[in-house]
Amino acid sequence: MAQPLVKKDDDRDEEADYSPFLGIEKGAVLQDARVFNDPQLDARRCSQVITKLLYLLNQGDSFTKVEATEVFFAVTKLFQSKDNGLRRMVYLIIKDLSPSADEVIIVTSSLMKDMNSRTDMYRANAIRVLCRITDGTLLTQIERYLKQAIVDKNPVVASAALVSGIHLLQTTPEIVKRWSNEVQEAVQSRAALVQFHALALLHQIRQNDRLAVSKLVTSLTKGTVRSPLAQCLLIRYTSQVIRETGVNSQTGDRPFYDYLESCLRHKAEMVIFEAAKAITELSNVTTRELTPAITVLQLLLSSSKPVLRFAAVRTLNKVAMTHPMAVTNCNIDMESLISDQNRSIATLAITTLLKTGNESSVDRLMKQITNFMSDIADEFKIVVVEAIRSLCLKFPLKYRSLMNFLSNILREEGGFEYKKAIVDSIVILIRDIPDAKESGLLHLCEFIEDCEFTYLSTQILHFLGNEGPKTSDPSKYIRYIYNRVILENATVRASAVSTLAKFGALVDSLKPRIFILLRRCLFDNDDEVSVVRDRATLYLNSLGDGSVAETDKDVKEFLFGSLDIPLTNMETTLRNYAQNPTEEPFDIDSVPREVKSLPLVEKKAPGKKPTPLGPPPPAPTSASDAYERILSTIPEFANFGKLFKSSVPVELTEAETEYAVNVVKHIFDHHVVFQYNCTNTIPEQLLENVTVIVDASEAEEFSEVGVKPLKSLPYDTPAQTFVAFERPEGVPSVGKFSNTLRFTVKEVDTSTGEAEDDGVEDEYQLEDFEVVAADYILKVGVSNFRNAWESMDPDTERVDEYGLGPRESLVEAVNAVISLLGLQPCEGTETVPNNSRSHTCLLSGVYIGNVKVLVRLSFGMDSSKEVAMKLAVRSDDVNVSEALHEIVASG
Amino acid sequence: MEFGPFVKSILILDLEGKRVASKFYSDDWPTNEERRTFEKNVFSMTHMKNARTEAEVTIFKDEIVVYKFIEDLHFYVTGGEEENEVLLATVLEAVLGAIFIVLKKKVNKMEALTHLDLVLLCLDETIDGGIIVDTDAKSIARKATGVSLDPGAEELTIGEALKSARGQVMKALSVENMAMEVGTHDSGFSSNSLADWWF
Repeated sequence: MAQPLVKKDDDRDEEADYSPFLGIEKGAVLQDARVFNDPQLDARRCSQVITKLLYLLNQGDSFTKVEATEVFFAVTKLFQSKDNGLRRMVYLIIKDLSPSADEVIIVTSSLMKDMNSRTDMYRANAIRVLCRITDGTLLTQIERYLKQAIVDKNPVVASAALVSGIHLLQTTPEIVKRWSNEVQEAVQSRAALVQFHALALLHQIRQNDRLAVSKLVTSLTKGTVRSPLAQCLLIRYTSQVIRETGVNSQTGDRPFYDYLESCLRHKAEMVIFEAAKAITELSNVTTRELTPAITVLQLLLSSSKPVLRFAAVRTLNKVAMTHPMAVTNCNIDMESLISDQNRSIATLAITTLLKTGNESSVDRLMKQITNFMSDIADEFKIVVVEAIRSLCLKFPLKYRSLMNFLSNILREEGGFEYKKAIVDSIVILIRDIPDAKESGLLHLCEFIEDCEFTYLSTQILHFLGNEGPKTSDPSKYIRYIYNRVILENATVRASAVSTLAKFGALVDSLKPRIFILLRRCLFDNDDEVSVVRDRATLYLNSLGDGSVAETDKDVKEFLFGSLDIPLTNMETTLRNYAQNPTEEPFDIDSVPREVKSLPLVEKKAPGKKPTPLGPPPPAPTSASDAYERILSTIPEFANFGKLFKSSVPVELTEAETEYAVNVVKHIFDHHVVFQYNCTNTIPEQLLENVTVIVDASEAEEFSEVGVKPLKSLPYDTPAQTFVAFERPEGVPSVGKFSNTLRFTVKEVDTSTGEAEDDGVEDEYQLEDFEVVAADYILKVGVSNFRNAWESMDPDTERVDEYGLGPRESLVEAVNAVISLLGLQPCEGTETVPNNSRSHTCLLSGVYIGNVKVLVRLSFGMDSSKEVAMKLAVRSDDVNVSEALHEIVASG
Repeated sequence: MEFGPFVKSILILDLEGKRVASKFYSDDWPTNEERRTFEKNVFSMTHMKNARTEAEVTIFKDEIVVYKFIEDLHFYVTGGEEENEVLLATVLEAVLGAIFIVLKKKVNKMEALTHLDLVLLCLDETIDGGIIVDTDAKSIARKATGVSLDPGAEELTIGEALKSARGQVMKALSVENMAMEVGTHDSGFSSNSLADWWF
């Protein structure tokens, strides 16, 4: 098909001269569109004008509302013409003009007429156009015709209706779902495309009905699927069914696996690949199941078609993350792909090799990669850097050549993301491979001597401040750091000052010399910001007198300790403080400690391990501010002190009952307040004097101290009633509470909205709920778990092992323990990689009484899915460490 | 669509990366500006490559891009990171094949612009809002040119024609199996429409 292009440049000149749209102008085209109104339509001319309009639209020229409306109205006139070609263009432009609802009405009758035309082309296209521009109300009018069209004997018409159905299902599912019978019939169609579209629509209609999907898959995997496209769909649906049913525990067989395997022998490449991909993505896939898929992919690696090579290597690359051994058979084919013309393929091949390679092949690979790095895009380079990082962690003995490679590429040209990936990698290697520390730090120092990215410079300086003082010869880094104070912008200078001060605080022998440097920083001559001078002043005044003496522990903690408050909360509180000028100094204790949203993954320091962006953990309540405000307005609760934690609402009624009630548990130092959020869903009723009668007989340590009834609860207006309990201080009292809603109900005349004077007392049973240990624990993250852990007193540590019994997966076990403890997962450790048999999870939080708690959980799973867990707790208070064990032991 | 194949865009660009005709089916690029940027990025990543004999492929910001160049035109089909790239390549070949037919084998920028209506109709018959409508180049071209909706009538070989006749006869004798044989033909013919043509 492709013909060699002989003279590019000449061609280009020519075509510029002859482009049919050269000098096209919207105004003129809109003028031309007047021919649509001619009584004697010239079909050819009209088609040309529409093409011009389409050209403008396709180029992104925007029409004003008036222009679009005018064109649209003119176009509707063209339905008078009997010319097929013109009608086809009319359909096309109506879709592109995306008319408004009131415009759609104008064209509806013409389109409905075409939908019933005897010309198949009209029927098919009219359906597609009408469904594209229609809304729900119109759809009910044409539904009958669409149902007919789905089973139309012309496959093009049937497909048009089915494809439209797939689109409409997004907007008006309730209507499309009524077409199941017709769609079901169309699945049996002998026309390949009709079957494909019908299958897609039927699955979408039923996708929430597991049983129906399973039945569909069962019947079709045994029946006839007529096109590769439909076969691909069926493979996807089959995978879904497999995911949801799991492995047969008796035979160890996976249902439908045979079907997937048979697809590996299909004649269409897209099906072969789809099946191979599906098999590799099965959860907990075994080597036996993988083998046939890998064999097929290996064959594709040497295909003459780049797309197939790419598809195969991309899939094998993913497999290599979880089953490196399964991929090693392909290593020879993979190595020949390093020189593939298509650099995407080459990159994927290299990174796969890096994942599967053994220690002896590292040096050879590195040589090949070095040549290759210069001619790939930054995005690919990042992929390579990440692969090298994990390789280095796998073979720590090879750190020298890998670190050299990283420092070489760090010196070369590259954008921010690429440089950041390299710096991140070096930082991780320094942390995890002690031998690599000194050389790694020096590489970073060299880098900041000529680094154009402020962010990276400050991150490196911060890291240097933490790690540099612990090296054998800290003084050699000072030169690089002080150079920053002289040469860089204010942000970097300020970071450098802090780093210098850290060296001063941690390395006593360097202190006098550091003081000299810090004093020079006092003369920093930036007029706009004084942050450099301010920092220098702070450090000079707090680090002692500049003699060789140990720095006070509290000072160190104050200056360089980790801030155990979420930064976003700090920011909000500070902003509020700045907005409301007051004489009082800012009180850091006024900053709420509850983690409100996800830690900012994007902005994390390079020191952290990269976390796979798994599903975000359920967002902790963001309503605590609002709660605090509500509670502070109630005088009865005013003396309870500061609110420690508010739980997420717990539903106490089933959905769609007469009264909807949920409860929020507010924990104070000595008290617990239950906030019952009530909604009355009956328009004919007004509730008054609403209270909740709480039976705390199964919560012995709690005694009721106050009730705040709700005066009136009109229809559909949520309101709250409260009940307060006293409980012993410092003890995480738990218990079960039974609840009954008590109220006076009055009939309401819905026409006038007025309630009758007389009411009737009534009660309504609510569900029970419990106060659990997790209610006394705040989710508070720490930025560097390891540092935080090490800074805690090892004597407070309590370790024990627990058997968790058989579990579906490690993920489930990990989540269960996290939610039981109610702690904040740190550093992304709540995400369990697929198929893992062991996992470590880091948690942190604050226990009631402001006691910091850190938890390390190590999980292991044996072949019979029995999960064992080792729980290590450190906290400011041994009793709290023990309390956490109790929670787990009793949970 | 959660499970179905989804095409996010089809781009036809010239030698300088300027748009000849492009269709965007995903919300990833709501404005023309974002669309232009996307085209520019895709173009600058690929224009130096040789994609004239076989379709090439790359991945760009979680977007699979399959592409092929003919004369002074660059054709691209893109899909999500999870999409089957072989399937996207099939769509690309379908679009190319159909345009090859409607432009009477003269595939270049000049011809494509002169017959832009046909090119746009080919795209319209291949993809509807991201969903694959057809992947058979001949049938797409036929629908675009509006020659006939009875698929393949003028393309049938004698053998196929005989087969369809036989199918019709058998069907009349209500021998289901034989009719099935005609029906299973891969390009989507129904035995009915074949029969309509034959008689």
